[in-house]
Amino acid sequence: MISYILRRTFAAVILLLVVTAVTFAIFFLLPRMAGQTADQLAQQYIGKSPTKADIAAVKQNLGLDEPLYAQYWHFIKGIVAGATYDLGPTTAHCDAPCFGYSFKNHVAVWPQLTSRLPVTISLAAGAAVMWLVSGVVIGVISALKPRSFFDRAFMGVALAGVSLPMFFTGNLALLLFTYQWPIFGRTYVPFTENPAQWANTLFPAWCSLALLYSAIYARLTRSGMLETMNEDFIRTARAKGLRERRVVARHGLRAALTPIITVFGMDLGLLLGGAVITETVFSLPGIGQYAVQGITDNDLPPILGVTLLAAFFVVIANLLVDLLYAAADPRVRLS
Amino acid sequence: MTAPIETTGAQAEAQPEAVLVGVDKGQIEGRSLGQIAWSRFKKDKVAVAGGVIVILLVLLAVLSRPIQAMFGLDPNALHQDLIDPNTSLPKGDFGGMSWDHPLGVEPKFGRDIATRILEGSWVSLVVAFGATILSNTIGAVLGVVAGYYGGRVDTIISRLMDTFLAFPLLLFAIAISATLQGGAFGLEGLPLHISVLIFVIGFFNWPYLGRIVRGQTLALREREFVDASRGMGARGPYILFRELLPNLVGPIIVYSTLLIPTNILFEASLSFLGVGIQPPQASWGGMLNQAVDFYQVDPQYMIVPGLAIFVTVLAFNLLGDGLRDALDPRSR
Repeated sequence: MISYILRRTFAAVILLLVVTAVTFAIFFLLPRMAGQTADQLAQQYIGKSPTKADIAAVKQNLGLDEPLYAQYWHFIKGIVAGATYDLGPTTAHCDAPCFGYSFKNHVAVWPQLTSRLPVTISLAAGAAVMWLVSGVVIGVISALKPRSFFDRAFMGVALAGVSLPMFFTGNLALLLFTYQWPIFGRTYVPFTENPAQWANTLFPAWCSLALLYSAIYARLTRSGMLETMNEDFIRTARAKGLRERRVVARHGLRAALTPIITVFGMDLGLLLGGAVITETVFSLPGIGQYAVQGITDNDLPPILGVTLLAAFFVVIANLLVDLLYAAADPRVRLS
Repeated sequence: MTAPIETTGAQAEAQPEAVLVGVDKGQIEGRSLGQIAWSRFKKDKVAVAGGVIVILLVLLAVLSRPIQAMFGLDPNALHQDLIDPNTSLPKGDFGGMSWDHPLGVEPKFGRDIATRILEGSWVSLVVAFGATILSNTIGAVLGVVAGYYGGRVDTIISRLMDTFLAFPLLLFAIAISATLQGGAFGLEGLPLHISVLIFVIGFFNWPYLGRIVRGQTLALREREFVDASRGMGARGPYILFRELLPNLVGPIIVYSTLLIPTNILFEASLSFLGVGIQPPQASWGGMLNQAVDFYQVDPQYMIVPGLAIFVTVLAFNLLGDGLRDALDPRSR
């Protein structure tokens, strides 16, 4: 078991390095490959209407004129050890982990991310509970009576659910339930301040997100259950005289759940790195909204920081899923 | 299990196992896999409906510009006379619906919504089809190579797929679109935005089909016809592209049909966030982006592009699900 944990952790560290390399490539290499000059790239890190001196300062601070490996070294060193930027008269410190520094707003990105993290966690956790429960329950019911009325109705709704764009359903929910009939609040309130108000404001966002994901999970659960319920061990369980309920819950669902847990880990990791569209639609001041603010302000460092954080979350979620797997299923450890 | 022996004398004569009725007029025609799939598909009314809508949508998208030219429509023509200057909302009910503007006009500028939907349709489909072709070409080639060669090649490609699946796709797409906004590869304006969208959506999506193709190839490569081909002296590339890939056309078509709606949503999301198609070019996601400022007072402007996306995506999903059921009966 210990060697398995070590191996998986090692693989996760490698994956993290690859992901930071790709993120670096997107932000520093790709624009140059596409024909932008160092000046043009530097301009993207300052925002609208910069002066010549601004551009030169950013170029120097990010080392955009230096060779690629040196730029990558600055990038990694910043994350691990922090960085100091020389801004003409003053200097700016970006403490480790330095996920970038917004030259436009003169703030380091990391503190912004951590202050916004609770909002994103609230959103992701609430929605995850809703979609996991509803998706799995609907999937199991549909799989037990395939081609029945319920199956067809649920799967029809699920298909509609995956076909609806989040930014449409979300706005529709806002229109109906915060303006037409003001049942839910409009501005985010932290949990520590007022838990009831917190849930009240987040509820429409949870539902919109859960509609999309539970549709995906219901379809996944249904096909997984249909497959496992035809397996030999289900017949054996029935032949032993177990009650159908126990056969479904302990034997069928347990086997069908493993792939769902994998997908769940990925989805949750991704969402924690910023539910970009949901946060935009519901004006939740989370991590994803920070990235969108970066787009509107023409300010690249926030987008870079959010991308890195999201990648970290996905890798960590993957690792956790792997370890959970190994704890649940001894066969995984040995292979 | 042995069958019980019948002992009732008279009926115990030899009987043919199955009796064909009404075939004395001629031979029974053999049916290819495609014909069997087609006859199965035809019975699935919902999938056929999806397919019909998809064909209509593709026609609409292809003929979008000719239709505009024929009726003298301009998606960017302003109709300030239809806008109430005090509220900047369209005059009249239902977002300014009229014979000239059957879906109303947008607030503030008064551009015709129907024409903008028509113009947005081709953008949406070009990006979705382009991205699907890009990612499924990469996915099919790498998948079949990994599955056929196995060993170290398989390990490398499979790790690559795992790595790509661990990327935060939407954020990468946002980042790439944002960094390339200023200009890239000598392109500018609409061609630039469309190519960047096709690249960012297509380049990161390939492992989904790659995994499926790899899995199918693992099973196919053990079949006799591959051995026969190898025995006749065929080598790697020939077996890959002439023997294996033609047998994988089914799953590739199915997953392409199912990837297109995902890509339509992806393009709309990016345009909605402001990193996709840039105004004034009409796109469905971009229209929703602008509609957000008005949705409390003019919900019409949000509902029309929202429904356009919904119907398109749903139609492709229905068609894809139907094709999957028809081509792979096990998935029912």
